[in-house]
Amino acid sequence: MARVGVFVCWCGSNIARTVDVQRVAEAARRIPGVVFSTDYKYMCSEPGQTMVRDAIREHRLDRVVVASCSPRLHEPTFQRCIAEAGLNPYLVEMANIREHCSWVHQDREAATEKAIDLVRMAVAKARRDFPLFRNEIPITKRALVIGGGVAGIQAALDIADAGYPVTLVERTPSIGGRMAQYDKTFPTLDCAACILTPKMVDCASHPNITILTYAEVEEVSGFVGNFTVRIRRRARGVDMEKCTGCGVCYSKCPVKVPNEFEEGMGERRAIYVPFPQAVPNVPVIDRQHCRLNNGLKCGVCQKLCPTGAIAYDQEDEVITGQFGAIVVATGFKMWDHSQIGEYGYGSIPDVISGLQFERLMNASGPTEGKIVRPSDHRPPKTVVFVACVGSRSENHGHEYCSKVCCMYTAKHALLLKEKYPDTQAYVFYMDIRANGKGYEEFVRRTIEEYGAHYIRGRVSRIYRHGDRVVVKGADTLLGRPVEIDADLVVLATAMEPQDDAKELARRLGISTDQHNWFSEAHPKLKPVEVLSSGIYLAGACQYPKDIPDTVAQASGAASKVAGLFSKPHLLSEPMIASVREEDCAACGQCVRVCPFSAIELVDVNGKNGASRRAARVNEGLCHGCGTCVAGCRGSCIDLRGFTNAQVLSEIDALALA
Amino acid sequence: MDGERVYAYYPGCSLHATAKEYDLSARAVCSALGVELREVPDWNCCGASSAHARDHLLGVALAARNLALVEEMGMREVAVPCAACYNRLAVAGRELQDDGSLAAEVREMLGRPLEGSAKARALLDVVVRDVGAERIRDAVKRPLEGLKVACYYGCLLVRPPRALGTEERVEDPQSLDELVRALGGEPVEWPHKTECCGAGLSLARTDVVRTLSANILKMARDCGAGCVVCACPLCMTNLDMRQAESLKAAGEDSSMPVLYFTELMGLAMGLPGAERWLKMHFVDASAVTRREAAAARQEEPC
Amino acid sequence: MGDAISAQSAPSSGEVRIGGRPAEPGFARQVEALSGQKLSACYQCGECTAGCPVAFAMDLMPNQVTRMALAGMSGEVLGSRSIWLCVGCNTCVTRCPRLVDLPRVMDSLRQIAARRGIRCPEPAVRAFHDTFLQGLERGGRLHELALVAAFKLRTGRLLQDLPAGAAMMAKGKLAVLPGTVKGREEVRRLFEECRRRPAEDDGHGR
Repeated sequence: MARVGVFVCWCGSNIARTVDVQRVAEAARRIPGVVFSTDYKYMCSEPGQTMVRDAIREHRLDRVVVASCSPRLHEPTFQRCIAEAGLNPYLVEMANIREHCSWVHQDREAATEKAIDLVRMAVAKARRDFPLFRNEIPITKRALVIGGGVAGIQAALDIADAGYPVTLVERTPSIGGRMAQYDKTFPTLDCAACILTPKMVDCASHPNITILTYAEVEEVSGFVGNFTVRIRRRARGVDMEKCTGCGVCYSKCPVKVPNEFEEGMGERRAIYVPFPQAVPNVPVIDRQHCRLNNGLKCGVCQKLCPTGAIAYDQEDEVITGQFGAIVVATGFKMWDHSQIGEYGYGSIPDVISGLQFERLMNASGPTEGKIVRPSDHRPPKTVVFVACVGSRSENHGHEYCSKVCCMYTAKHALLLKEKYPDTQAYVFYMDIRANGKGYEEFVRRTIEEYGAHYIRGRVSRIYRHGDRVVVKGADTLLGRPVEIDADLVVLATAMEPQDDAKELARRLGISTDQHNWFSEAHPKLKPVEVLSSGIYLAGACQYPKDIPDTVAQASGAASKVAGLFSKPHLLSEPMIASVREEDCAACGQCVRVCPFSAIELVDVNGKNGASRRAARVNEGLCHGCGTCVAGCRGSCIDLRGFTNAQVLSEIDALALA
Repeated sequence: MDGERVYAYYPGCSLHATAKEYDLSARAVCSALGVELREVPDWNCCGASSAHARDHLLGVALAARNLALVEEMGMREVAVPCAACYNRLAVAGRELQDDGSLAAEVREMLGRPLEGSAKARALLDVVVRDVGAERIRDAVKRPLEGLKVACYYGCLLVRPPRALGTEERVEDPQSLDELVRALGGEPVEWPHKTECCGAGLSLARTDVVRTLSANILKMARDCGAGCVVCACPLCMTNLDMRQAESLKAAGEDSSMPVLYFTELMGLAMGLPGAERWLKMHFVDASAVTRREAAAARQEEPC
Repeated sequence: MGDAISAQSAPSSGEVRIGGRPAEPGFARQVEALSGQKLSACYQCGECTAGCPVAFAMDLMPNQVTRMALAGMSGEVLGSRSIWLCVGCNTCVTRCPRLVDLPRVMDSLRQIAARRGIRCPEPAVRAFHDTFLQGLERGGRLHELALVAAFKLRTGRLLQDLPAGAAMMAKGKLAVLPGTVKGREEVRRLFEECRRRPAEDDGHGR
């Protein structure tokens, strides 16, 4: 016979203002099975918990009901509490008389009656609780970091420094990501490459880090602590062991194609390294454009290579690895401004994006750091910067703010004026979002010290007239339209997720929002985790962010991984589904409906030694959602902690009261 | 070659009067291309900009009556030469589709059945998309031989893009340009394809129209055009009838022939009477027929 | 604490004075109801002003019209030239990042101004619309010659466009007699129905 203790919480005035908690405690005494009932101001506090433990011992309670807030808040608290008093932690039930009662009703009488009903239901459920135990799940203490930009690099370094092996997978031929494309970073104006390349080299030389470049994650299966990942390492066409990085091959390659790293502003060869400081410093043959690969005569690179490192026949390598945790750091791309008709559909050569301007400014860029007009290579005298191009606009598909453009536009204007003091720099803006450390001061410097003209208003149209570019904007503070005859226009285009973000999310089993940014588990309290355990987010793949936030988030993700790996094993969640194999007909319905692919049909021993099939739940993957329980035709799956009998008993308790 | 294409035809008030040459040329060209136009019997004025400025419901109702008449004809599409009328009929049609209670109210007011099956099409769109460049090219007897044409679309053919459901690139439409190419001409690249001419302010604030029209004509000239082609009687009035006063006010004295696209087609297709249409213009457009404009324009395009 | 709440409501009138002049509470709501647009969606970026072809002739910039309507500055907005100079070219709504249908808002402001009998600072524009609609209500179609004649009489611009008019007639472009529309009774009824029906803006009646 169960001995249930009921503890009703006032929650200060949160519950007590609307629910007569003393009456609830009083009424609870009369519920069958209840041998003890009391109320207290703050049940979750230390004295409150002590009260629970004392009552368990004094009254030999074997089931506990806490009538208070949502279990999402304090279920673990009370599970720990009763465990300390010697009970199995899964023998406590919470009756939510706050979020489900006092916080949503005003009528004191009705709310109190409802609270009593909720307690009655919780008692009925508690009486049918039975002890549950958590199993040990082993952890493969090796991390996978997807994406080799500054986020991935930082995460990899932190995990490696914590003593765990890391595999860093990067899709392009070199790690470095977007930051490698930048010239200088705000607000310190550090040279991006100068602060990034030491980290890149650290990654390459760290004994715990394995870098796989020109590689992509193809398939992911498993669960936290036990992921199986298939990685395709594309054929470089160059033997990494033999290559010395001398660069002769790409200096002589006859093929020239637009260079992605230069955002189309410069060229590269068919065999290439994306930039001089590439890590690894081993070129890659772009098979789509390689003459030899297309059946034409060539072979120049192979003839010239002093170490015989060219390997035209090299094939993709598929690697399957086991990992305990995955950090997703796949970054972002810039919106293509050829979609804006009013700015010329991308057809005006002297209207470029912010990232393209960054390449022009970069000393190792296509113009060696000289700012010139793409159309005629003349240095511009008047440059107009346009903020919010595509961002904050329902019209262009991104209602969100891309966060970093105000700052990099100010940076561009400042650096332009620093290099060419006689140029006029105009910035059309809507708002200035400069909310980082030193950011506001940076923008003021741009305006007051360097003399950039900030005009508050958007630009409605940009068109070419002769060899100049006409910008039609507005100054809403003056209340006038403003037209500027410019030489060069720089658009601060919106940040977007990578084109294949949604596909990667599908492979990982994580969610994305309507823009395909990866969804964090909780926007306030869990910014580096996702809903699936064992997978973490770092950097702009989650949402536009600047470098300081990216690095911080990457370290945060790394610390989560290190925390996971510091445990000897994981404990499985016990409130999961389980199959009564003797009744299971192996119809497969549960397998089909399970959203986590956590059930499979296995061979079991039947009667008289015959072999038959039955469903079995993978305890590591099951999230306890109950879909299989609802779908099972034979009612042979039940959810521990929420059995059919328990739920029905709650309904009976309510109906028969 | 398919059989004849048939459309209901809504000329609009201007085409019976100040834009007579548009009506004549449109009918002639369509007939020559095997497109049958059946004028909507007893059509009423679409209300232009004045109706919706006075009362939103009136603006929709006036347009809706015409759509109902098209349905009564058993037709699904009505070709509309005037851009403003097209815009009214199309936008009203779209509003009726999207707003069930508005449609019910209008139906009640009209006292006529209105299914919403009739669709307004700009005549330009019918010619370029339905007839197609290839068929037009086949019909050309006197190709325009490199005549440089500034294709002027104006405001209402392409805006607002969502309501019209247009396939055009709203900031750089191409249908007139395609047409000109099919006729053997050379459309110039110029940035004022859809800049407003001043529209309905023609009578009340002619000063505004003069400024806007002069800007358009000057840009066309600066970008090397020998003539301007358009698809709206109001644009035509502002750019042709008011050209002399506009350019004078801007301190210019050159002249730029302005034609309806159907007139240009008629010329290229060698239709009889094409030259007579041009005589109804205010600005001498005979240069176009003599192709001198093509030779004289050697300036760099924009 | 709960018992200490006073039964009296707080004392201030909540009047907003802009530049010393009281704003009209409820004006924004009226405009929103009539136009179907959310004025608060406008974040005053100025893109409309930047692209408006007639902004150069306006007293209030397009974005100021929206802002003032939202702020309840009915006097200024309804008495402005801007709402009458707007030609409905749709450039603003095509490019507006918040998808605010400003031409619809302009229409609504014109309608409210007309209804309230506010003196129009662009009488010729008003006269044009009134003449147009009068002719339309009578005949079902626009008779351009009559329109121009009536417009001239109404505005006193008797000599305007006389040479053009003569030229038009010579070229056969001005029909002397109006075409008749058998359904002009139907058209007249539409006008009457619209006058009869209440405005879409709850309470500010015709």
